[in-house]
Amino acid sequence: MGHTVLELAADGGKAPAAEAGGAAALQLAEMTVSYGEKPAVFSVDARIPARSMAAIIGPNGAGKSTLLKAALGIVPRLSGKVTVFGEPFRQARHRIAYVPQRASVDWDFPTRVIDVVLMGLYRELGLLRLVRRRHREAALACLDRVGMADFAERQIGQLSGGQQQRVFLARALAQGADLYLLDEPFAGVDAATEKAIIAVLKSLKEAQKTVLCVHHDLATVIDYFDHVLLVNVRKIAEGPAATTFTADNLQATYGGRLASAHIDQLKLPA
Amino acid sequence: MMGSAFVQLSLTPILIGVLSAIACALPGNFLILRRQALIGDAISHVVLPGIVVAFLITGATASMSMLLGAAGAAVVAVLLIEAIKRLGRIEPGAAMGVAFTSMFAAGVLLLEQSDTSTVHLDVEHALMGNLESLIWFKARGWESLFDPAALAGLPPELPRIAAVALLMVLLMLVFWRPLKLSTFDEGFAGTVGVPTGLMGFALVVAAAVAAVAAFDAVGSIIVIAMFICPPAAARLMTNRLEVQILWSVVFASLSAVLGYVLAGYGPLWFGADHAVSAAGMIAAVSGVILAVACVAAPHRTRLGAPKDAG
Repeated sequence: MGHTVLELAADGGKAPAAEAGGAAALQLAEMTVSYGEKPAVFSVDARIPARSMAAIIGPNGAGKSTLLKAALGIVPRLSGKVTVFGEPFRQARHRIAYVPQRASVDWDFPTRVIDVVLMGLYRELGLLRLVRRRHREAALACLDRVGMADFAERQIGQLSGGQQQRVFLARALAQGADLYLLDEPFAGVDAATEKAIIAVLKSLKEAQKTVLCVHHDLATVIDYFDHVLLVNVRKIAEGPAATTFTADNLQATYGGRLASAHIDQLKLPA
Repeated sequence: MMGSAFVQLSLTPILIGVLSAIACALPGNFLILRRQALIGDAISHVVLPGIVVAFLITGATASMSMLLGAAGAAVVAVLLIEAIKRLGRIEPGAAMGVAFTSMFAAGVLLLEQSDTSTVHLDVEHALMGNLESLIWFKARGWESLFDPAALAGLPPELPRIAAVALLMVLLMLVFWRPLKLSTFDEGFAGTVGVPTGLMGFALVVAAAVAAVAAFDAVGSIIVIAMFICPPAAARLMTNRLEVQILWSVVFASLSAVLGYVLAGYGPLWFGADHAVSAAGMIAAVSGVILAVACVAAPHRTRLGAPKDAG
């Protein structure tokens, strides 16, 4: 399926643009993470260009979420270096917003939707600063962007899965970051929510922000993303979706677990 | 009952009971939400051998040496759990259960074998404290509250537990935001700069301090009950953590007051001539409050109950 002419054209167009774009939004060097004896992520390098909509793609257990969490310092890494907009991770932490997997928290926690969004303002509020009207209004505006303004006073346990995911996205918006890292934002959400989320992510890209999602639905990759990182413990391939999201690379990533019939149905770059 | 006899005999035990209950219930709220409720249970078991050993070494029941002994026992417990987990390849919950019950049993054996007859430290005391004996000899009535000489004669347990309860309130107010954030969503909290590991550790240390302070006055039964029952009942009253904390304080206080009064006067009403253990009654009342909350509180949710579609 190698359309060499198109690939070359895409590549030829890409290389200078990346140069001109300056520092990558997120650069990972030799990331290795291990939970036990065998590594979950092994020596992965990545370079997510600024202002891209990027996806980390790979089979279950390929270490996609682990890679993201290791980049954020949530899980310890054995080796690796994380650079954000050309700066070491620690200095650039405030420029990152993070949306964890929905299932990673207890939604019976006694708190309201608005309180969760206000958590996105933690850096500003610190230990003791009072929540003022402008904070509350900022949080409400973020809820409005994900279509959840009417739910501000609800207890979070009363929301559907899709609504919970939108609240998490609103909290990330409240962080006012330049780089948005999302862990499976479309997992188990309804179609309306998926539409709402992708619309918000595209608006972020239009506002010159960078978005990186752990993503598992191969059918939507080409429609949603312009940069892909294919991983299965190791990095398999990385680059513009148009040239990297190919049948060969997918076979390499999924280790033949993906039937060719399945690949034929996928929307691949022409 | 409200006269000078009350001030002399009942006021200080009730206050100590209420403050102990509050000091334990406050960290208990977070322990329960973190699915660590048994840590409170564990701590109150572990402190016993630590306190006994501290007493055997120093020969006194000074609060500082008891606290150090309890802290030492906690370290031993953590090492023991790790060892059992690794060597025995046992899941953490079981390892904890084994470590804490055996350490408590060791504490009981040590107590029985050692000569603690000169001080008020025995198995019964360890379980139920000595709330009823914490009376205010020098009080002559309500006016003694303003009499420095009488105030100097307050049982030392009262200012001690008052200071600890106040410390719990202050810590919770100051660290409210990072504590709540890391309890709800530890991963996210880490990315916005909350030291989540430190928060979790500090919470367990705070719970241990509350447990040791309360243990001295009211024994381990109340400590275990107050870590769990008032916060668990409070959770069923509301869907907001701020309100839950307030309810837990109300329930803790109610348990202490009601439990003390029922223990002291209840049996008399039924014609018995002996009062029953205040500590046991306070714990029992907190259990009854939890039971009532389970059937009647406004925010009970069945686990796995269907949510609104949307």
